[in-house]
Amino acid sequence: MSTLERDPGDGMVQVLDEEGGVVGDVPDLSEDEFVAMYRHMKLARHFDERAVSLQRQGRMGTYPPLSGQEGAQVGSSMALAEDDWMVPSYREHGAAMVRGLPLKETLLYWMGDERGSLIPEDANVFTPAVPIASQIPHATGMAWAEKLKNGGDTEKAFICYFGDGATSEGDFHEGLNFAGVFDTPNVFFCNNNQWAISVPREKQTASETLAQKAVAYGFEGVQIDGMDPLAVYKATTEALEKAKDPEEGERRPTLIEAVQYRFGAHTTADDPSVYREEGEVEKWKAKDPIPRLEQFLRNQGILDDDRVAEIEESVREEVADAIDAAESTVRPDPDSMFEHVFAEQTPEIRRQAEEFAQLRETHGDEAFVEE
Amino acid sequence: MSTQEHEATQNLTLVQSVRDALATEMELDDDVLVMGEDVGKNGGVFRATEGLYDEFGEDRVIDTPLAESGIIGTAVGMAAMGLKPVPEIQFSGFAYPGFDQIVSHMARLRTRSRSRYTLPMTLRMPYGGGIRAPEHHSESKEAFYTHEAGLKVVMPSTPYDAKGLLISAIRDPDPVVFMEPKLIYRAFRGDVPEGDYEVPIGEAVTRREGSDVSVFTYGAMTRPTMEAAEELTEEGIDAEVVDLRTVSPMDREAIVESFKKTGRACVVHEAPKTGGLAGEITATLQEEALLYQEAPVKRVTGYDVPYPLYALEDYYLPNAARVADGIKEAAEF
Repeated sequence: MSTLERDPGDGMVQVLDEEGGVVGDVPDLSEDEFVAMYRHMKLARHFDERAVSLQRQGRMGTYPPLSGQEGAQVGSSMALAEDDWMVPSYREHGAAMVRGLPLKETLLYWMGDERGSLIPEDANVFTPAVPIASQIPHATGMAWAEKLKNGGDTEKAFICYFGDGATSEGDFHEGLNFAGVFDTPNVFFCNNNQWAISVPREKQTASETLAQKAVAYGFEGVQIDGMDPLAVYKATTEALEKAKDPEEGERRPTLIEAVQYRFGAHTTADDPSVYREEGEVEKWKAKDPIPRLEQFLRNQGILDDDRVAEIEESVREEVADAIDAAESTVRPDPDSMFEHVFAEQTPEIRRQAEEFAQLRETHGDEAFVEE
Repeated sequence: MSTQEHEATQNLTLVQSVRDALATEMELDDDVLVMGEDVGKNGGVFRATEGLYDEFGEDRVIDTPLAESGIIGTAVGMAAMGLKPVPEIQFSGFAYPGFDQIVSHMARLRTRSRSRYTLPMTLRMPYGGGIRAPEHHSESKEAFYTHEAGLKVVMPSTPYDAKGLLISAIRDPDPVVFMEPKLIYRAFRGDVPEGDYEVPIGEAVTRREGSDVSVFTYGAMTRPTMEAAEELTEEGIDAEVVDLRTVSPMDREAIVESFKKTGRACVVHEAPKTGGLAGEITATLQEEALLYQEAPVKRVTGYDVPYPLYALEDYYLPNAARVADGIKEAAEF
């Protein structure tokens, strides 16, 4: 039986237990791929810690941390084929990085520089969406377009990320309902990190699981251990395959509920100690995806102390370089505010841009910029 | 477009010209598709998509689930992937469940992605009152959309313009909100060329030349405005009527030029007065042509009340008599 055919109430899919012991079918990955997975997770963690620190030092604006979710982000994005697409929320810096979005761009975006929104052409990553769940119908539409353009066939799948809070929004239901009706090649990946800012999962829905909501849309839902990168990889791989090449009578979309925890705040603007107990955080930290995968790889003889130290060193360098690059980028040209509104500036926008240029010339930029 | 195509014209109602625009553009461009509630087999509740389902099939004329955010949100995704969806919202009063998708995504995706993604989509919605419809079926809320940077908003008043503007909207690389005056969907017919042609977005047209007062209007209100202007000739008032056709971007140049000629203005729309486009036009005249101004700008608009149930809608909507009073006030000040 494929992972996806499990009853959503049938317990979570796991490959590794909390100590890194094998309790399920290990996905067929090469040694290099296993090491890459580990390195991506270490990189995402270190990037996250440094980003939070930059915000605390006033070197970056509000930032949504991802620590605790590296297994879900890296495990799922590594399952994507090169042509597949990912449609993120605002927290998938780790997944986007795996898909080729430079860390510098992510930093620039959260440093308030619009140029961080320019995703390189060769990265099939959609622009992050901040309003909750609103990217879900986009992902359905993108997958639907792929199917329509290919006369019903599809060579690409579209994974869409969102949190547990998003499942309460109308757009979640509308996006999944359209996907079911039009049988689009979508994987809906719910990062159930237990908290929608300060509101816990049990106040979000009375459903026993989030995965079971898929039943209402006529396709499969599966609950997996989101802190087990191998379970994530396995379930996502199966869902992507089905999206592109379903069996007779099978629906393409899948809802994956990856059960996990965010170790830090929702964003650097909130204080989680106000709404949750430290004991709860500790309990979940015991499930940390990174030591779990590391232990498994040590058991397999793929990693040892030297290799781990080497990876840690290279990860530190990579993040430091990205921060240097982002911080040494000169501020965006203020005139660029008037660009990218329309393909061609309207007369009024042109006029306002000219007025703005005149103001800068008269007063100098120092009259506008607050230190 | 060839001259030959232009020699052949049809006499169509406005809603037929909308349908003709869709069929014409779908024929020319495989990426164009129509989607929405009841647009397929049923041909749309106003018949704006009649017959398209049989002509182009269910993959290009798509009956969707009843979900405005889903319709607009999936169209955003389709457009980002290079299709040219033309989603229909059955009545503009039902657009609000999809409002977040319109303002947060449809309007912003180009900016948010620094032009990596653009949305060549056209969101059609019939707007406005006067057809004895139930609650939430008669609103005129173009101000919402014109206030949102990144959207173009088109409101035609003739069958010829409706077709040409809709074709332009579909071909536009940016998202367009296309608001159709349902009051005049079938009120009259006009000559509409066969084949394709464009009426440029962002250009107003002078419907009637005049020297005493400029009247600015658009959409369904163009008719009572023209009627009032004609009636007033008997009283010796020669009104110029400018039909904006596109309310965003607004043709400020045409507005200001007309005003400089007459020095007097009356603005007519059926949307509520406060925060309505008449205020925007008035402010533009203040900024651009104050010294030409010989009278206060008169606004003839709907009232600042929820659109009334239909027993009272005739009192709410500006008609030729109210418009004539407004024009006279501006002309005789």
